Amino acid sequence: MKKKRLLELAHARSGDKGDTANVGLIARKAEYYPILVKQVTAARVARHFKGMIKGSVERFELPNLRALNFLLHGALDGGGTISLKTDAQGKVFSTALLRMEIEVKR
Amino acid sequence: MIRIAAGQGFWGDWLEAPYRQVTGGPVDYLMMDYLAEVTMSILQKQKSRDPSLGYATDFVTQMERILPTLMDRGIKVTANAGGVNPRGCAAAVAVAAKRLGFEGKLKIGVVSGDDLLSRLDGLIARGHPLTNLDTGRPLRDVRERVLSANAYLGAAPVVEALRRGAQVVITGRVTDTGLTLGPLIHAFSWAPDAWDLIAAGTVAGHIIECGAQASGGNTLIDWERIPDLARVGYPIVEARPDGTFDIIKHPRTGGRINVAGVTEQLVYEMGDPHAYITPDGVADFTTIRLKQAGKDRVRVSGVRGKPATDKLKVSIAYFYGYKAVGTLVYAWPDALKKAQAADRILRQRLEDLNLRFETIHTEFIGAGATHGKLALNAIDPAEIPEVQLRIGVRATDKTPVDRFTREIAPLILNGPPSVTGFAGGRPKPEEIVAYWPALIDKRMVEPTVEVIDA
Repeated sequence: MKKKRLLELAHARSGDKGDTANVGLIARKAEYYPILVKQVTAARVARHFKGMIKGSVERFELPNLRALNFLLHGALDGGGTISLKTDAQGKVFSTALLRMEIEVKR
Repeated sequence: MIRIAAGQGFWGDWLEAPYRQVTGGPVDYLMMDYLAEVTMSILQKQKSRDPSLGYATDFVTQMERILPTLMDRGIKVTANAGGVNPRGCAAAVAVAAKRLGFEGKLKIGVVSGDDLLSRLDGLIARGHPLTNLDTGRPLRDVRERVLSANAYLGAAPVVEALRRGAQVVITGRVTDTGLTLGPLIHAFSWAPDAWDLIAAGTVAGHIIECGAQASGGNTLIDWERIPDLARVGYPIVEARPDGTFDIIKHPRTGGRINVAGVTEQLVYEMGDPHAYITPDGVADFTTIRLKQAGKDRVRVSGVRGKPATDKLKVSIAYFYGYKAVGTLVYAWPDALKKAQAADRILRQRLEDLNLRFETIHTEFIGAGATHGKLALNAIDPAEIPEVQLRIGVRATDKTPVDRFTREIAPLILNGPPSVTGFAGGRPKPEEIVAYWPALIDKRMVEPTVEVIDA
């Protein structure tokens, strides 16, 4: 097994809904999708963002788009206009997730 | 087959896009989305100062520029530029049309009925608490601070305006997707309960509602190889009556339309993908099929939908308090340590002054402001060339925020060394207008459609 950055296996886009950031994670190749499903669990993502978000992490599967959607609750210091964060709308939680290390064969 | 072109993804989007969309190739409709969650309260404030305002004034300028082309080619427009004053917006467009010599030749549809501000007390009294969807609190908690309240209307009133011959449909708070779905329902005579078709049109609207985000803008995959973003072509829905559609752009434009890029836009701001809820129906994003059907052409099919709910979302804006953000830049050596020391000193001074804040938020830009610990693990902090200290405060009272803004500049002479980047001067306290999402029974909201002659 070898470690790779999630960035090599996936791309992503994120946005906001109130104080929740979403990260849509998309496999670069169809064969990577099962790896994402197995390793990028809600629990793993919650650990990844520990200290950066206040609430829980939800995960939804979209095999048709070979994508996973994560909801990161309490991620935006109140969100919208209340938030004092540079990334008040959670736009770059996407690439923050892509820093995660994934185990791949070879 | 009809083509619906995205002309504007938000108020402030590229001024060139609408003109290029109507002149760059054949299109039937131009869809322009102007309203973000907070925009309505800004517009309400403008209207309270001048009752003829309260709409996206940029839209009128855009219409002046493109009206000759619209008239010449018979292109229709759907735009939620009306904000809290769609009639005022329509009147301004009518004046522009007359000036351009289209008097009596342009029908303008006006969609209103979304504005609930004057009805709030009655609604609350009749048992509609407008509970905050995030916090569970009833609206009466902040009632006296409410600045605007608008129900999200769906595609139906847009369809009605088009049916009555409007060439330009100006709306208040109609959903972003409704501006695309409306023309589809109208052109193809879709039934309002043809849930799969409604869902397909909703997905089409979601893909193009953020403008170039579907055609190469803000697109991560392979971003360096996306051609000619300087002349990026905004996306166009080329739709068929059966609910399948292609996402394309005009020839000889920059950008890129491929499956990976459209997928990025599909997942943008997504909640539960099984239930993308709009006033018109519920779309299931797990049924969407994407296929590359040619260069810069993605085919979308398979979309399944479910019946609409009996609720409408309401977007309420209320006065929350004050905030201010100050910045200073610290240079190598030990740029991050210096910025951290300045942060500690500043916080001590705020405490010594007995200033009370709801939050003090510090970021070190260039050293993990957005990615936090995840970024710092990957760099050598001692070698960072410069770090911007960015410190913000928030309070319900203005006094401590005002005083905070005077505590930044002194750090230049009485704090850590190698500090620069303060040319912007003292930060200004800003009023915070916060967002209160709620639901209301559909029966309580009656959309109004008028069609006026320019």
